Amino acid sequence: MLAVFVVCALFALFGLILGYSARRFRVEGDPLVDKIDAVLPQTQCGQCGFPGCRPYAEAIARGDADINQCPPGGEEGVIALADLLGVEPKPLSAEHGIEKPKSAAIIDESKCIGCTLCIQACPVDAILGAPKLMHTVIESECTGCELCVAPCPVDCIRMEPIKETLATWRWPEPKALGQ
Amino acid sequence: MNLLKLWNFHGGLHLDGHKRESSVAPLAIARIPERLIFPLQQRNGEDSQPIVAPGDRVLKGQVIARDDNPFTPPIHASSSGIVRTIEDLPLPHPSGLSGLCIVIDTDGDDVAMEFTGVADYRQCSPDELRRGIYEAGIVGLGGAAFPTSIKVAPGDHRKVDTLILNGAECEPYITCDDSLLSHYPADVLNGAKILLHILQAERCLLAVEDDMPEALAALERAKEREGFETIQLVRVPAIYPTGGEKQLISILTGREVPMRGIPADIGVVCQNVGTAAAVYNAVIRGIPLISRIVTVTGRGVKQPQNVLARIGTPLADLIHQCGGYTNEAERLVLGGPMMGFGVPTDDLPLTKSANCLLVAGRNELIGEKQSLPCIRCGACAEACPVSLLPQQLYWYSRSEQIERALDYNLFDCIECGCCDYVCPSHIPLVQHFRAAKGKAVAKRREREKADHARLRFELRQSRKEQEKRERAESARRKKETLVTGKAPEILEAIERAKLRRAEKTAPPSGNSEPIDDDKEKAISPATDAESRDISVDAGHAEKQSGDQISKAQPIPSEID
Repeated sequence: MLAVFVVCALFALFGLILGYSARRFRVEGDPLVDKIDAVLPQTQCGQCGFPGCRPYAEAIARGDADINQCPPGGEEGVIALADLLGVEPKPLSAEHGIEKPKSAAIIDESKCIGCTLCIQACPVDAILGAPKLMHTVIESECTGCELCVAPCPVDCIRMEPIKETLATWRWPEPKALGQ
Repeated sequence: MNLLKLWNFHGGLHLDGHKRESSVAPLAIARIPERLIFPLQQRNGEDSQPIVAPGDRVLKGQVIARDDNPFTPPIHASSSGIVRTIEDLPLPHPSGLSGLCIVIDTDGDDVAMEFTGVADYRQCSPDELRRGIYEAGIVGLGGAAFPTSIKVAPGDHRKVDTLILNGAECEPYITCDDSLLSHYPADVLNGAKILLHILQAERCLLAVEDDMPEALAALERAKEREGFETIQLVRVPAIYPTGGEKQLISILTGREVPMRGIPADIGVVCQNVGTAAAVYNAVIRGIPLISRIVTVTGRGVKQPQNVLARIGTPLADLIHQCGGYTNEAERLVLGGPMMGFGVPTDDLPLTKSANCLLVAGRNELIGEKQSLPCIRCGACAEACPVSLLPQQLYWYSRSEQIERALDYNLFDCIECGCCDYVCPSHIPLVQHFRAAKGKAVAKRREREKADHARLRFELRQSRKEQEKRERAESARRKKETLVTGKAPEILEAIERAKLRRAEKTAPPSGNSEPIDDDKEKAISPATDAESRDISVDAGHAEKQSGDQISKAQPIPSEID
């Protein structure tokens, strides 16, 4: 009888502790979405079929999207997502695009008519300009999402691969081990 | 003379010095080359801004490029001449990338600016002297080219008690510091005194290796002549890499620089002896850093020797000065055989950080050997002067587990090459570590960029939301306006106008009356109309507004 009583008392005690800590240490939002979002390259290009990286992260967390729909993240990104979610990595899905070298948009300023369409399209406010005035891309802010290319009525925006400088250069891998 | 207790560091190697080749010949003074090349980028960072244009005449010692950044000291012309171009040229860098360079056609006259030094540096505050060192373009001459003005400013929270002058030239073949100490010992010792004054430190330890007898003798003679009581000469054993900053500090003081810390954290500042001489030249003589001693050596060059050359001299000119290439010449290496890097051409300029130009003959250097699988012998860990575990780092670097490699303190690797040298499988370990470091840095940078993009995206989203809300709000207000006829602000304004008018018309005064009357008439139609508007019920239409308003009328009347 005493044993039953003690066990019940312990249950009640633990229940209280758990109940309290569930309220006290409650985690706001969905931590999984944040973790997935942290792995995504934040290009905000929408190639995955979702309007931005965060919505894609939410879709992955819900199970509505696959992990191989992010071309800017590339194979490396797929592997990182697979590691995070504990699933098998798979090749990049071709229908969402191919992995390209990191690029930035450049506006041919002599052709720009100042229509502001690209400014409205840019997801990270990397284009500077005003109606009927020349626009330009702030290169350091450009994520290379290409969303500004299509809306341009005079086709004056092109994507240029980012040039290697001394600051971005890194030592190459040594040649493969000889067998 | 070694009264100081010497400590030691883990690992290290006894290497064949190859010092005599270049150190027996007397110091040569290089001729003025036909053209001088000055890369605008000194360390990895932003380009300095050129302040001369093609066609300008420049004098020796004139500033030709500068930047506001305290980490990029100005660049000076090292001889007089005409600026030919500012263009992209290959840089003396392992990447082989090009960068903007100022090219000067020298006139051979070597006309100098007027140099004015200070008579007594003790009258100057440390800050003034640091400023002078910055303006003289002085960077560390030991190889890393870190700006000296920053290094001698450890900050108020760090108390520096010891200045170490690094004359321990541990890498084989290189003898430029040996040559400097043998020929200009007083410059180095005087420079040390200035540095001591700047740092407010008590003592200076000048370390030379025990295979540099001429330098040591010259230093002792200079000390006998002029005193220099605060400076102590120390002979350190010639073990590679004794000349590494952290290794030298631990040999001389027994203190260890904390991870991710700087020597000033443990009260030490370490400078190359060449830097001390440059400081002396800048402060006392007013001459900026426009020349340095460089070792040109190896079996591939006819007369190996040390050359006092102008910064910006093309390497080809230096080789020419040393008798040209021998038939054996095979590889061109900037720096020593352990830590230098190969360059594809001699059409590159001498930079402030270049201490050696090694023209290697056939089989003189360990070439690219076929590497074999790691046998886990552990020789690399025994040789490592930083007590790392190179084989663990190697596994993680190779298998792209960069995070794990970081856990094993990848970034503490000084890339000295001891592990490469002892590896029986000839694995290019340092190359793997460099690549892994590069990947880690690139990854971090990408992460930072992604976080930045995320922030901008979120800000844009919230701004768009706000705009949407504002639009909805203004639409609502517009609708309200249609309903009430006028916005509350306008109604208030009209009310105020009415009040004013009432006040004006109420007290009739004598003289000004007729004029007032005229005015009244002139403005009355509009105001009358308005006052009428207000007087009518809120639901009733304004005369000026069109059909829309009249359509909107039923709603308020219903409300009414």
